[in-house]
Amino acid sequence: MGRILDLPAAGAMAVLDPDRIKDDFPILKRLIRGKRLIYLDNAATTQKPESVIKALRFYYENQNANVHRGLHTLAEEATAAFEATRRKVAEFVGGVKPEEIIYTRNATEAINLVAYSWGRANIKRGDRIVLTKMEHHANLVPWIVLAKATGAELEYIPFDSQGYLDLSRVNSLITANTKLVAATHMSNVLGTINPVEELIEIAHSKGALALIDGAQAMPHMPVDIKSLGADFYVFSAHKMLGPTGVGILYGKEAILDSMEPFNFGGEMINEVRYDYADWADLPHKFEAGTPNIAGAIGFGPALGYLANLGMPAVRDHEIELTGYALEKLAALDSIRIFGPTEPADRGGAVSFVDKNIHAHDLATVLDSYGIAIRAGHHCAMPLTKALGVVGTARASFYIYNTRDDIDVLIEGLKSARRYFGYE
Amino acid sequence: MNDSLDALYRDIIMDHFKYPRGTAKLTDPDIGNEGKNPTCGDEIQVAVKLDGEMVEDIFVGCKGCAISVASASMLSEIIKGKSVPEVKHIASIIKAMLKGEELKEQIDLGDLEALRGVKNFPVRIKCALLAWTTLIEGLEAYENRRRASVITTE
Repeated sequence: MGRILDLPAAGAMAVLDPDRIKDDFPILKRLIRGKRLIYLDNAATTQKPESVIKALRFYYENQNANVHRGLHTLAEEATAAFEATRRKVAEFVGGVKPEEIIYTRNATEAINLVAYSWGRANIKRGDRIVLTKMEHHANLVPWIVLAKATGAELEYIPFDSQGYLDLSRVNSLITANTKLVAATHMSNVLGTINPVEELIEIAHSKGALALIDGAQAMPHMPVDIKSLGADFYVFSAHKMLGPTGVGILYGKEAILDSMEPFNFGGEMINEVRYDYADWADLPHKFEAGTPNIAGAIGFGPALGYLANLGMPAVRDHEIELTGYALEKLAALDSIRIFGPTEPADRGGAVSFVDKNIHAHDLATVLDSYGIAIRAGHHCAMPLTKALGVVGTARASFYIYNTRDDIDVLIEGLKSARRYFGYE
Repeated sequence: MNDSLDALYRDIIMDHFKYPRGTAKLTDPDIGNEGKNPTCGDEIQVAVKLDGEMVEDIFVGCKGCAISVASASMLSEIIKGKSVPEVKHIASIIKAMLKGEELKEQIDLGDLEALRGVKNFPVRIKCALLAWTTLIEGLEAYENRRRASVITTE
């Protein structure tokens, strides 16, 4: 460990300095309507440090070529850089094999890949797929479609009023005919960090596989896929400082080996005749066509940046900031907060509503102060409905956010009430 | 206090938002339709009672932001007493105005003039359009039903 990414030594507890970190992000110097940008939409996508932007530029200016087929210098260098990121990812997620890391377009495509390739071959009428009631559409719609196509049944683990999964129901919901448990590691709406290790263990004890949607977890906390024991784990580069257009599917080698490709075409073949084709080895079997080469290469320095800070320090910073935000928001009488109130049980995505002002109107007013938040159902319509609201406002934090940012948010929320004449 | 906001949330819009018109339910409507804005989850119900070709009464029930509620409220005021073709004509002009298109003709839009500022907030155009697209869908379904019943009786 620590060889490729040059991770800080174990036990070295660093504390983040978000004000210094801000300097590494060119976009954070931008003014919005004359005000300093306060970026609090990190659960949607994060901003990119200089090093990532430079890597993209360096690639296009010096190494641009297609990967895995050219025999010239550019192709060799591009392929080496593209594959170097794969090894960095494999190490970052807890030291898995690089062949178990599949590049996709995004986390959504990674789940679709599993739903089509593994799902169509292994899910039959009468089988059960167990999800949670707090899934993002990405980890919901592919399974609805698969269940419809195969005649499988879907069951959902409910959550309580605090946003915690009801674990007392898990054992009865995950039955012997359950083939897959698919759950989010951290809710993008409630912020809840789910006990996925326990879910995976129960799934395995019933003979089911477990897929974990880590789009919100991997960027924000130390995650060791191997010790979790997940069969599939998906996440996205752009939510962790990397470029858009790169998702990661981790799958256990034996399972990926047993699966048919999802896309067919160039780069994924071993031999092709006019009436025959067979597939390349992992990971290329699942990577048909020209991939997002620049994006993958740009993801390398993003992982390096996070590894250098140390994921425990990233997590500590967010616990501190989330605690502060929850305290400040709770002090506003008009605001109702969703999800766990204990910062240690949740990530830094905080959803709330004002009792009088619609989330869209809040977002517009806050934007006039340079504050970027998300408003709506956050691609989790059934969840929003279960909360009994039309939509919520969501502030989500990352390494460059400060207490000062949250103070500006709180002032913005107060101004919104004055502006709309409620105070 | 904030010029860019004032261009969107004009006083007249805030008045319609806080005191929305057309919210009394109709007992026996001729036209009914529900609309949703999938990007934000806003929901609207529209019902129209006709007297011949004329809109006798209208109900709009909107769960949404200030812009969508105000737009629905204004809609209920302007279409009352208008004929179905007139309503469709007004709706097409409002849609063009909200999208920032050049208007081919000028009509008296009354309070709806206040929605002109919405075009400068591209993400909010859908909010203002919700009531109008839901009404037009309802009208078209009504006309199709009527045409179909004419054909079957012939």
